Amino acid sequence: MEMINIIIDNKPVKAEKGQTILKIAREIGIDIPTLCYYELDGVNLENRPGGCRVCVVEIEGRRNLAPACATEVTEGMVIHTHSLRVVNARRTVVELILSDHPADCLVCSKSGKCELQTLAQRLGIRDIPFQGAKSTYRKDMSPAIIRDIDKCIMCRRCETVCNVWQTVGALSAINRGFEAVVATAYEQDLVKSPCTYCGQCIAACPVGALSEVDQTRQVITAISDPKKTVVVQTAPAVRVALGEEFGMEPGSIVTGKMAAALRAIGFDYVFDTDFAADLTIMEEGTELLDRIARFTKGDKTVKLPILTSCCPGWVNFFEYNYPDMLDVPSTAKSPQQMFGAVAKNYWTKKLGISREDMVVVSIMPCVAKKFECQRDEFKVDGNPDVDFALTTRELAELVRQFNIDFASLEEEDFDQPLGESTGAGVIFGATGGVIEAATRTAYELFTGKTLEKVDFKELRGLEGIRSATVDFDGTPINIGIAHGLANARQLLDSVRAGKTNFHAIEVMACPGGCIGGAGQPFHQGNFDIIRKRYDAIYREDAGKPIRKSHENPYIQALYKEWLGEPCGELSHHLLHTHYFDKSKHIEIEG
Amino acid sequence: MAKLKLSEDKINKIKEICASFGNKPSEAINVLHKVQGEFGYLPAEVQEVIAQEIHVSAAHLYGIVTFYSFFTMTPKGEHPISVCMGTACYVRGAEKVLDEFKRELKIAVGETTPDGKFSLNCLRCVGACGLAPVVLIGDKVYGRLTPDGVKDIINEYRS
Ligand code: SF4
Ligand code: SF4
Ligand code: SF4
Ligand code: FES
Ligand code: FES
Repeated sequence: MEMINIIIDNKPVKAEKGQTILKIAREIGIDIPTLCYYELDGVNLENRPGGCRVCVVEIEGRRNLAPACATEVTEGMVIHTHSLRVVNARRTVVELILSDHPADCLVCSKSGKCELQTLAQRLGIRDIPFQGAKSTYRKDMSPAIIRDIDKCIMCRRCETVCNVWQTVGALSAINRGFEAVVATAYEQDLVKSPCTYCGQCIAACPVGALSEVDQTRQVITAISDPKKTVVVQTAPAVRVALGEEFGMEPGSIVTGKMAAALRAIGFDYVFDTDFAADLTIMEEGTELLDRIARFTKGDKTVKLPILTSCCPGWVNFFEYNYPDMLDVPSTAKSPQQMFGAVAKNYWTKKLGISREDMVVVSIMPCVAKKFECQRDEFKVDGNPDVDFALTTRELAELVRQFNIDFASLEEEDFDQPLGESTGAGVIFGATGGVIEAATRTAYELFTGKTLEKVDFKELRGLEGIRSATVDFDGTPINIGIAHGLANARQLLDSVRAGKTNFHAIEVMACPGGCIGGAGQPFHQGNFDIIRKRYDAIYREDAGKPIRKSHENPYIQALYKEWLGEPCGELSHHLLHTHYFDKSKHIEIEG
Repeated sequence: MAKLKLSEDKINKIKEICASFGNKPSEAINVLHKVQGEFGYLPAEVQEVIAQEIHVSAAHLYGIVTFYSFFTMTPKGEHPISVCMGTACYVRGAEKVLDEFKRELKIAVGETTPDGKFSLNCLRCVGACGLAPVVLIGDKVYGRLTPDGVKDIINEYRS
């Protein structure tokens, strides 16, 4: 590593050659504002179009100001990050952006968290001098995502995320000049594109041009209806992130406060998706062992590896891109949908009410879950198993609307029986967690022995693609893990080519898994926040008295009383699903 | 599964062109150029086939098609009208002439009339500056045009 000398804001600094001015400034605590630049360092994702010019700095001896995010330092460089010239130029740049931007801040979903708004405030802009024509586009409403492209500032972060991190390619910059925006092919609605609804474009968008469909109103209406029994379930990743919305440290575990807040809001039963995660493991683990057994016996109809199917972004992705492999993923429904099926088929009977009188709400770190719960195969006569999927951010919104002082809430427990879960259910929220949970159970079912240690450290970590071999008492089981759909594609392509010998592969669409889901509090590119949530998930797991799904007493009772056996007849009917070919086919006319 | 319809001949022709450029993503512009030369325009179905063949997303390809004004997604009319917007023509009132064409045909630049008769486009200097403002209809050149003359010219082709 070659070090060079530069001077930045009158401070002599030793800098690594080839680094950008922006990185060096940030390292020494000089905050150069940015807008189009976006980085998720933990997963090597960078958007650096150098286009917005908000980050310009003055370099002595150069006639033009230079964008700090795209300019590398050279020996002897003298840089001013906030000279009068820079401040004026930056101001003009932001004023120009604002001149083609709707002033919707009062009612914008991003208000208070919008990077453009923050920037305008930071630069003290009080009016917009260049009032001119504004470009207008139609709003695109999909089941999960709203694109309000009038607000687009062409930073192209979403395009980079969708193309590089997800390799979905739903979005691209189109047109030129004043007309330029990011859009889908032929400017069709998102529903007609290969979008997976992972929502990572929302997480990356600095403004309110992309947002999730807000369903808090419908949920409040359901709660206010005395005829409805409203049941809520909370996904594992929510409890390690929700606190951030209320000023708590990233990585704070707020399970008990969350349960208390949900009760205060007025939900009739506060249950846990983690319970359904344990149920998923029973079904998926059994399916895995069954496939391995039949495969070793030479049954040609069974496919290995089994792919996890709890991430709806991932499910959408393989339906679009791997139509030839639809029999490879596990048929087990996701925990959200298993919960819905249990609530509307079992809990309704216990309460003696009809499924129409029960409303199931889920709190999810995820945008794709909004799409998942609206899929036709998860409805009975038009009535969905899960009525509404709110994001972590929407729950925070509800907490604020109900004037609940979250940080000082007394901790409470979930209701029973659908609120009891194990450590295995908790780790569903992080990359590697689903397969570790499955391994804990599959090992004991396969070997008939008790695990000495339940922690499978070899399956953990945040690298994009990981693999490990777990010894099932003499039988080696090969496991692959990917987070991010580009990484998943890489693994799947080698499976398709017959170049791997995996027994099982876990995929999650979001960086770090659901903890980095698009419905979580905005991290604005700070990957440390995701790392802290990751650690918190495994702390929560370690603190649980029971850490294997099959030891969850309420799960055992559910099978005994109602379901019978894992992968039995009732399970197949209620807890398993099938997949569809959503790829584009060019047909010959005539 | 979403279905798109295209004749076998067309599909084969597109595939042939893509293959002649090695099915490379980096050749997108050249492929589009050649295909448009073949079919006259680039409808969505055609772009879908190209996208699949050269391994780029349909959105990316559409981004290229909309970035360069040379590419068009609508078929040219029976009588393609091109208004020169070069400097000489522009200062001599080409814009007013263009506006008159738009009004008379009820279409915008880049569009084709519903009956398929006329399409409207702009060009840069066609090298006949002495005749500015200049309009081409098919291969025929019309010079020193005023907005008032537009209607008559269109009527020549209407019958
Ligand atoms: S939701 Fe995901 S797949 Fe869809 S456009 Fe956004 S980043 Fe792309
Ligand atoms: S939609 Fe948002 S992320 Fe995408 S280019 Fe526009 S402002 Fe940037
Ligand atoms: S990784 Fe989790 S949060 Fe992201 S799309 Fe999949 S299920 Fe949703
Ligand atoms: S942040 Fe550097 S050019 Fe946009
Ligand atoms: S500018 Fe129109 S012909 Fe030269």
